[in-house]
Amino acid sequence: MARICTLSEAIEENVRDGDTLAMEGFTHLIPYAAGHEIIRQGRKELFLVRMTPDLIYDQLIGVGAARGMKFSWGGNPGVGSLHRFRDAVENQWPRPLEIEEHSHAAMANAYEAGAANLPFATLRGYIGADLAKVNPNIKSVTCPFTGEVLAAVPSIRPDVSIIHAQRADRKGNVLIEGIAGVQKEAVLAAKRSVVTVEEIVDELDPPSPNAVILPTWAISSVVHVPGGAFPSYAHGYYPRSNAFYIAWDKVARDRDSFTAWIKENVLAGTPADFARHVTKRAANAA
Amino acid sequence: MSSEFTPTEMMTIAAARALTSDDVCFVGIGAPSAACNVARLTHAPDITLIYESGTIGTKPDVLPLSIGDGELCDTALCTVSVPEMFRYWLQGGRITTGFLGGAQIDRFANLNTTVVGEYDQPKVRLPGGGGAPEIASNCGQIYITMALSKRGFVDHLDFITSMGHGEGGDHRKRLGMTTKGPTRVITDMCVFEPDPVTKELSVGSIHKGVSRSQIEENCGWPVRFSPNLTETPVPTEREISVLRDINARTKKAHEAA
Repeated sequence: MARICTLSEAIEENVRDGDTLAMEGFTHLIPYAAGHEIIRQGRKELFLVRMTPDLIYDQLIGVGAARGMKFSWGGNPGVGSLHRFRDAVENQWPRPLEIEEHSHAAMANAYEAGAANLPFATLRGYIGADLAKVNPNIKSVTCPFTGEVLAAVPSIRPDVSIIHAQRADRKGNVLIEGIAGVQKEAVLAAKRSVVTVEEIVDELDPPSPNAVILPTWAISSVVHVPGGAFPSYAHGYYPRSNAFYIAWDKVARDRDSFTAWIKENVLAGTPADFARHVTKRAANAA
Repeated sequence: MSSEFTPTEMMTIAAARALTSDDVCFVGIGAPSAACNVARLTHAPDITLIYESGTIGTKPDVLPLSIGDGELCDTALCTVSVPEMFRYWLQGGRITTGFLGGAQIDRFANLNTTVVGEYDQPKVRLPGGGGAPEIASNCGQIYITMALSKRGFVDHLDFITSMGHGEGGDHRKRLGMTTKGPTRVITDMCVFEPDPVTKELSVGSIHKGVSRSQIEENCGWPVRFSPNLTETPVPTEREISVLRDINARTKKAHEAA
């Protein structure tokens, strides 16, 4: 059974210094509030895993919480660079960042293999691509039936995975709607997991018997954090703040403006701050 | 006929024209997304657009800023998980056409979106490959669209993020690939196509008002021109108005949110 608790308790109990941490959400349902709580609690030496690091890992990298990162696309979607990520890779600021770079297909397969309790994933991938030359974790296997040589990557087995979802019931069963990305796989691949949700309701009332549901006994902690995915979005609750993503470019481009932003909005903030994004944006979501 | 259009509008419309209603198209963000939706709203209404976030048969009213905008899911026939997208639909061989952009391209249509300089000590760290390495190998064919410039069209790539025709000739076949790879590179000055044998890109059509020397000045390798060189038909009024309308709706939507 998942424990329904506060965000500060959930991070305290589940995220430890040095952990391999996956915070997933493919553009949609990115668990920003949880990322801010990790920064406030001062977690260190994390090895971050995420297909698209997005602003959430730009923030964790910029404050120096990460020793390394496994990823497949490190940009600000439709806008340009993740400047804190670039500064870490190009100039080792605020500290060097070890990177393990893959393709989306390999990451998606590796999460699925992790959820399936397999040691590695295989795919018809990386053909003629240079990533295989620079990442020693991209190897190959020969099919024992056909002789075809396929790419192989280690499965992803995070110490802890964190996702955001629309709803949980009072037992902690979780419903995910819309673009579901690799969130289900990320939770099932991990030793521990935290799910932040927009609402906790009496009845989950799934729209279909085939809805994407994570049962409470597959999750460690469930936390009610309305607006917790802002500036990404929660399908049916509030839209993506494309304007915030565009504005982030200027904030993150400069070390001082980034640090000031973190101080004002993260270190001096609380999880309850995220709720205002739901109120403010409710009209747009309809 | 429209007399006034920008080079970028010509590029997007030339790219849109390459698509048909029969295509099942894996769409990249930016210029590819604009082209695919202009095709859908003009001559290819039944085209199936797929974005790697898992949205199948999507019909966005505004262009997405990111690959997983809510608009894509709201207007899709269905939305599947990302592992399913890459395993069943892309690797499963269900996609006829992949549409890619890139930071850098070479004469064999290999793309770099990873680093400028050494991988371990990059001068510029670019976002990386995302879905491109497997889109490039698993789709039936690939269209590439990017503006022509010396910075983008380079003699030598520092890094091959996704393979086009590799070293040229039958390189794809030698690596076991059965798909066609890049069949068209659509720029703001001209459209390149690979030579049937060597696979080196050559200019097949030039946009109105562009000279051969302009193309040569903006390309990092000695440009070959097809013996059957044509002029790209200028955008029609309808194509231009559809493109401008969707761009205007998109700008308004992105600034508002």
